[in-house]
Amino acid sequence: FPGLADVSISQDIPVEGEITVPVGSQSPDEDYSTLDEPVKDTIMRDLKAVGKKFVHVMYPRKSSALLRDWDLWGPLVLCVSLALMLQGGSADSKDDGGPQFAEVFVIIWFGAVVITLNSKLLGGTISFFQSLCVLGYCVLPLTVAMLVCRLVLLAGAGTVSFIIRLIVVGAMFGWSTLASTAFLADSQPPNRKALVVYPIFLFYFVISWMILTFTPQ
Amino acid sequence: QGGGSAVIDMENMDDTSGSSFEDMGEMHQRMKEEEEEEAEGEAGAGEEEDGEFLGMKGLRGQLGRQVADQMWQVGKRQASRAFSLYANIDILRPYFDVEPVQVRARLLESMIPVKMINFPQKIAGELYGPLMLVFTLVAILLHGMKTSDTIIREGTLMGTAIGTCFGYWLGVSSFMYFLAYLCNAQITMVQMLSLLGYGLFGHCITLFVTYNIHLHSLFYIFWLVVGGLSTLRMVAVLVSRTVGHTQRLILCGTLAALHMLFLLYLHFAYHKVVEGILDTLEGPNMPPFQRVARDIPVVSNAVLNTTAKAIALTL
Repeated sequence: FPGLADVSISQDIPVEGEITVPVGSQSPDEDYSTLDEPVKDTIMRDLKAVGKKFVHVMYPRKSSALLRDWDLWGPLVLCVSLALMLQGGSADSKDDGGPQFAEVFVIIWFGAVVITLNSKLLGGTISFFQSLCVLGYCVLPLTVAMLVCRLVLLAGAGTVSFIIRLIVVGAMFGWSTLASTAFLADSQPPNRKALVVYPIFLFYFVISWMILTFTPQ
Repeated sequence: QGGGSAVIDMENMDDTSGSSFEDMGEMHQRMKEEEEEEAEGEAGAGEEEDGEFLGMKGLRGQLGRQVADQMWQVGKRQASRAFSLYANIDILRPYFDVEPVQVRARLLESMIPVKMINFPQKIAGELYGPLMLVFTLVAILLHGMKTSDTIIREGTLMGTAIGTCFGYWLGVSSFMYFLAYLCNAQITMVQMLSLLGYGLFGHCITLFVTYNIHLHSLFYIFWLVVGGLSTLRMVAVLVSRTVGHTQRLILCGTLAALHMLFLLYLHFAYHKVVEGILDTLEGPNMPPFQRVARDIPVVSNAVLNTTAKAIALTL
């Protein structure tokens, strides 16, 4: 700027002016507003997030994606599908309807809340909803086991099918417990891991028991 | 020397700037910092200019700032008080402060009656072990109910199991605490909950074994030995904390009765009733079921006559 080379500011003229600091966002369109995108985009984004978490559960690795962006869509879908599949299984007449839908729902959510509270009381560093998210997603192997059991029961309800179901449910129960332990036990002090693992073991045991004793009409 | 002042035009800020607590908190912070800077700054022309600035627009702004500031403080205090009252699980935190080794030790101790009843025995006020034991009992009960094809009419299996176990733990604890209060025993509610909870360990073992091995004699042995041991331990601890024979008798009799009867109830109410129950009720010395005609001729004659009359009437 050659023209400004000889501009000089004398010492006794105070320099003043206005600095306007706009605090609001630049413009509403540049925000992360997801209201204007097509519905397909929103659904696909959420579905992809849920799908990624399913993959994390099936191959439990030391990643924090499950914990960082927790969401409860996956647990809801799993819980509802498990409860629906457990409908209509009863020993005999219509008085005893097997585990009703509301019962399964309440067991899963109430159990998850109790385990979360327990792990927080034992000094865990994980937050409430993160723990709920992990426990809900780790019901996935058991839902798969329920599917397999229903298919096996279509073929027959004898001793062989019981043994197959027992093996499948047992394996999936172990997988669920290991997967959730891999995520949750790290947030505990090291000498108290057993205290946190035991309620998780009981929780998945009760769900596995409900799946194993399911006999369709 | 920079004697200028930068004026921040507040017109472009949000409307809520005056009433938003976060903004007030920030402004409060900024004001404090500004005051500190001014206090450390040089006197002279700078201060005069600042004084003028404050004098013109500052009075209204300062009053507003102070009022908002006060509201921020009050709001923060109220919110933290409400939070600490309702949403604080830290109240329960000291009762969950255990190590796995301690839990295991206490589980084993719950089956060993203490000998020294003249000196008050220590009870650990811990809630993790009892809570886990109640949940385990629920799981075992469910297993027992399902394998015996129990049909619950007005309710669900799960609800019944949870209701029974938690109802026993909480209800009997409260009742025993009330009795202990009447009998002047030195025990707190948490200690009572803990004591009774650990006493359920015996129940868990017994039911786990006898729901899988359906032998009634085995159940009675377990009931007496295992149930008896855990009851003895609870009774001994309570006796050590009570003074006076009548009080001791009341407390311990009630607890022993309730504890043993609960185990009996759990076994029989939710378990397949086998035909052999008649044998076991008659006692081990009775010969196997025999039909022996009762020798009461008067009664049998009367019965015969009435039956004949009834048949004659119907014909």
